[in-house]
Amino acid sequence: MLWTTLKRIIKAGFISFWRNGSVSLSAVFVMIIALSMIASTLLITAFLGTTLKDLQDKIDINIYIDTKASESAIMDLKKQLETLPEVKTVVYTSREQVLENFRTRHENDHRIIQALDEIGNNPLPATLAVKAREPSQYVGIANFLSNKSELSTGSTLSIVSKVNYEDNKDSIESLSKLIVGVKKFGSIITAIMIGISILITFNTIRLAIFIARDEIGVMRLVGGSNEYIRGPFVVEGILYGLVSAFLTLILFYPITYWLKNTTQVFYGGVDLLHYFVANFVQIFLIIVLSGIALGAVSSYLAVRKYLTSK
Amino acid sequence: MIYFDSVSKTYPDGTTALDAVTLSVKQGEFVSIVGHSGAGKTTLVKLLLGEDHPTSGSVSFDSVNLKKIKAKDVPKLRRRIGVIFQDFRLLPNKTAYENVAFAMEVAGKSDEEIASDVPHVLELVDLTKKMWNFPRQLSGGELQRVAIARAIVNHPDLIIADEPTGNLDPINTYEIVQILKKINDMGTTVILTTHNKGVVEALGKRVITMDHGRITRDDSMGKYAL
Repeated sequence: MLWTTLKRIIKAGFISFWRNGSVSLSAVFVMIIALSMIASTLLITAFLGTTLKDLQDKIDINIYIDTKASESAIMDLKKQLETLPEVKTVVYTSREQVLENFRTRHENDHRIIQALDEIGNNPLPATLAVKAREPSQYVGIANFLSNKSELSTGSTLSIVSKVNYEDNKDSIESLSKLIVGVKKFGSIITAIMIGISILITFNTIRLAIFIARDEIGVMRLVGGSNEYIRGPFVVEGILYGLVSAFLTLILFYPITYWLKNTTQVFYGGVDLLHYFVANFVQIFLIIVLSGIALGAVSSYLAVRKYLTSK
Repeated sequence: MIYFDSVSKTYPDGTTALDAVTLSVKQGEFVSIVGHSGAGKTTLVKLLLGEDHPTSGSVSFDSVNLKKIKAKDVPKLRRRIGVIFQDFRLLPNKTAYENVAFAMEVAGKSDEEIASDVPHVLELVDLTKKMWNFPRQLSGGELQRVAIARAIVNHPDLIIADEPTGNLDPINTYEIVQILKKINDMGTTVILTTHNKGVVEALGKRVITMDHGRITRDDSMGKYAL
């Protein structure tokens, strides 16, 4: 019996979706807009996320090691730094490697290479590049470095010749403020977008069901139970959601393709298309499930209005 | 079967639609209720369907006080009553067949029963050929016959026909009345509200005359007396 009822409700929902073609079409169009807003939010969040991550990755403190320091002393310092909870990674670059990097970086600049060759020995210090987990933690790391006398610059025991934190302090601080601000802004935008899309969908479906309010009255008069009357509308709402979710996903392929070419101009290429394709399963699930949930819940609530009165 | 015990109904705007109406209808009766517009006929029907409740007094259907019936049991009550309206009230996006089948679906009938009963009942009202037409493709008389088919398909205990011929020409009116009579002959109680004099006189059954919310006449072999 339950199965028969379910089958009838689903069938009625499909038939109604098909026969109310114009209403279904407009509901689907509006839901595409709503779901596009959610999809854009996802992509914008991803865009911001990768951009911020890139920026964060570019922030580090370089500790320039005294050229006379022994390898074991450097490793010692590296280990000490790694025990700090704020420190994410410490990358050691040996003097030879630094020189190598320097040469490759300036390989087209003959004068510099020439000058380097004239000096004969390697003038460049080894470095320890320290990355913190959060941009705000660089202060702590810098303090640690300056408070330990054997590490601090100028001390006779020190193997550190220079820490570049002070040079970059301002930019690190403003960057970490920017990151925090952008994250906050991003979540506010996300909340607003999702709120708007819920409202748009709910109102559209409410309108569609308002058109059918007389039918609901007739179904009640014939003796339809609330569940039996509501069911097909919920199925119809789910169909609106499904169809518009698929159309939205199809639309976003060319949109991200177009954005890829555009964003590359002003930023080193945030490939939204790549992100879209790589995370397709996740985006697909989010959009389809949001569509289904939006459609079903809106229909459920909209029909309720006509079922509560006797 | 149906019992109205000094029922009064006053709407929030102060109009009194029914004024201490007491009335009983026995199983198998064919009762016509006549009266001018605003005499209280439609209110009577609404109370019987549980669409509305009396301000005072009580309405019982098979000894059950409709006021005490729970909201979730109202659909069950309505499945025992077939209703026919002046404006047909068919589902516009369902075919004639589907409109009739819908009444059976909500009553929980099996697919096999639906497949055998619906064509049968549509044949009874002579609509076999238009079974797959949508309401917009049918004439007034045909629409009303679909509505009758829907009302009788679940073998209800009671048929309420609220001005069923109000929108129909004399030939269709005659046909509809004949169908109602046939249904009554098969044992179903019929309550018909109308202000069509011809209909009432052709029937020669019990007539209740209403005026300003009161019953002014109740004749067992009635005539239209307005």
